[in-house]
Amino acid sequence: MAKAEKKYELRLYIAGNTPKSSAALRNLKKYCEEHLKGLYSIEVIDLLINPKLAEGDQILAIPTLVKKVPEPVRKIIGDLSNEAKVLVGLDIRPVK
Amino acid sequence: MFTSDVHGMSKRLKKKAAPVRGRKLEKTLTGIDGLDQITGGGLPKGRPTLVCGGPGSGKTLLGIEFVVNGAVKYGEAGVIMAFEEKGDELSTNVASLGFNLDELQRSGMLKIDYVHVDKAEIEETGEYDLTGLFIRLGHAIDSTNAKRVVLDTIENLFSGLSNEGILRSEIRRLFQWLKDKGVTTVITGERGVTTLTRQGLEEYVSDCVILLEHRVQNQISTRLLRVVKYRGTFHGTNEYPFLIDADGISVLPITSLELNSDVSEDKVSSGIASLDKMLDDGSGFYRGSSILISGTAGTGKTSIAASFANATCQRKERCLFFAFEESPQQIIRNMRSIGMDLQACVDKGFLRFHSSRPTMHGLEMHLVEIHKMIVEFKPRVVVLDPITNLVTIGSVSEVKSMLIRLIDFLQKEQVTVLFSALTYNNSTTEQADEGVSSLVDAWITVRDLESNGERNRGLYIMKSRGMKHSNQVREFVITDEGLQLVDVYLGPDGILIGSAREAQQLEEVTGQELKTYAGTRRDREILRKKTILEAKIASLQEEFESVRDELTRAHQEEELRKEIMAKNRNELTRNRYLNKKQSQSPKSPKPNGKGRKKI
Repeated sequence: MAKAEKKYELRLYIAGNTPKSSAALRNLKKYCEEHLKGLYSIEVIDLLINPKLAEGDQILAIPTLVKKVPEPVRKIIGDLSNEAKVLVGLDIRPVK
Repeated sequence: MFTSDVHGMSKRLKKKAAPVRGRKLEKTLTGIDGLDQITGGGLPKGRPTLVCGGPGSGKTLLGIEFVVNGAVKYGEAGVIMAFEEKGDELSTNVASLGFNLDELQRSGMLKIDYVHVDKAEIEETGEYDLTGLFIRLGHAIDSTNAKRVVLDTIENLFSGLSNEGILRSEIRRLFQWLKDKGVTTVITGERGVTTLTRQGLEEYVSDCVILLEHRVQNQISTRLLRVVKYRGTFHGTNEYPFLIDADGISVLPITSLELNSDVSEDKVSSGIASLDKMLDDGSGFYRGSSILISGTAGTGKTSIAASFANATCQRKERCLFFAFEESPQQIIRNMRSIGMDLQACVDKGFLRFHSSRPTMHGLEMHLVEIHKMIVEFKPRVVVLDPITNLVTIGSVSEVKSMLIRLIDFLQKEQVTVLFSALTYNNSTTEQADEGVSSLVDAWITVRDLESNGERNRGLYIMKSRGMKHSNQVREFVITDEGLQLVDVYLGPDGILIGSAREAQQLEEVTGQELKTYAGTRRDREILRKKTILEAKIASLQEEFESVRDELTRAHQEEELRKEIMAKNRNELTRNRYLNKKQSQSPKSPKPNGKGRKKI
């Protein structure tokens, strides 16, 4: 894995500790460990605590994963259960 | 529920003033002219209302006006959640209507949240819900303590997110959640082909549905509003035309079915003294009545209308003049030529003109416009000149229905209205007049009277409810000093008009002169005869005197003679007796010879 690769900044928006939220977080962590080890940071934002933050990232659905960096900004909504879709959405080439 | 009528509605409105008790549906005033009337007090409080309509029908505007009015007029904060336009776009768009959204946002009475949904940016995987939206909305509502919410247009979610099942259940949950929060919500929705909204949102909003339409007929557009349903309350069910102008939306529910407006004993002058004299006690029409002036082309209808307007302004009352044919400048110029200075009235603010081509917009829009201007200017007199032109944009029955509502409204406001209507020479009856002749209180007809190769104007009163009026056809002349009715001139062959009248008048003056001359000559003749006769009488008297003298003398002579004769006889008798006595003295008693003989 090339060290020149950019670091992934990921934000996961959740609203309380719902099954969908925890599933999403679990799935995300799994994919990142598999494909982006050491290259990612995950920020979990609970909108129940910080409702103001929802507007900035145009959050509608919960859970929503926002990839801020690298560009382009992408959003993935849902519990991230479909690995292929998440990887495409995050623009990650899966490690073979 | 849907059998409501306006009668019931107005009753309800009256009741509204009383404190609401029990489980009566509470309502939130929209502050939109007319809409509150139709709905009997506004939208259902704390419940969602669906406003649907085609593109450009004014949905967004209605929603924004609802929230802005809440903030400005009723002190209720509001939230606009925009799915279509960005906050600043929205601000710019409604700024032309005098809504300052930025200012309201700064003062904390309004919160605009723009929800951007872009399919290209979003990847869906697995289960999700729209709690994010709820949280945003909840935050906006809580931070401003909002009572009013607009969701414009929530259906945009369907284009951004593909899982319709989730969307539908989430939208249903959203509406329920809004209800629980107790905010009055307006949800806008694009009109579908067979459904009220494309996504069938009406399924979820069961309390109140308002449909907006933008209809174009004969190239003339009319905006219409209809309350499709309103659960638990009476409401107006008609399609009501509405207007979007510099003040936003105004709906016009002129459909009063009740004929119970107040009437006035007060009278207003027509501005033509001689016309007033034809009416009852000579002081004009009743205030608040409707007057129709019909006539063929060029008979002076506008002039009559203008003098009515002028008279109103002279009384220092306001008059609103709707001109459908001429521009104000034209009318002012034309009326100056007959000695009326309307410009002065305009300058003093008593007279206001409103000129518009009938084809400018639909009939209903004209009504809305007229209504709006009347409410704003508060005139005592309204002139519509002429109503005939309105037929170009609607059928006669439509025009009639519009005018009925207008007359209704004006009567309620105690505004006197004067219509002018053009009749055509070839019309078989006098009843053309857009069928309003039966509605109006007074009807004056001006028509051409053709005779002796000239055309004159004749004016007569066809009807005037509630007052005596002249049955005469009066000749009507337009002079430099204004309008006048000439006294009726009955010649030997009937009524004379125009030059025939003038000729007859001249002839009469001549005749008078001749008569005077002839008169004096005859007088002298009689005087002479009288003198002669008097002389004759004197001589006859003399004659009579002499005859009588004669007669008296004759009588006296006769008397005298008789007297003398009698005296003589007595004398004679006594003399004889004496003689006998003397002769008989020795041989007594012998009275006479006869006696003696017998003895």
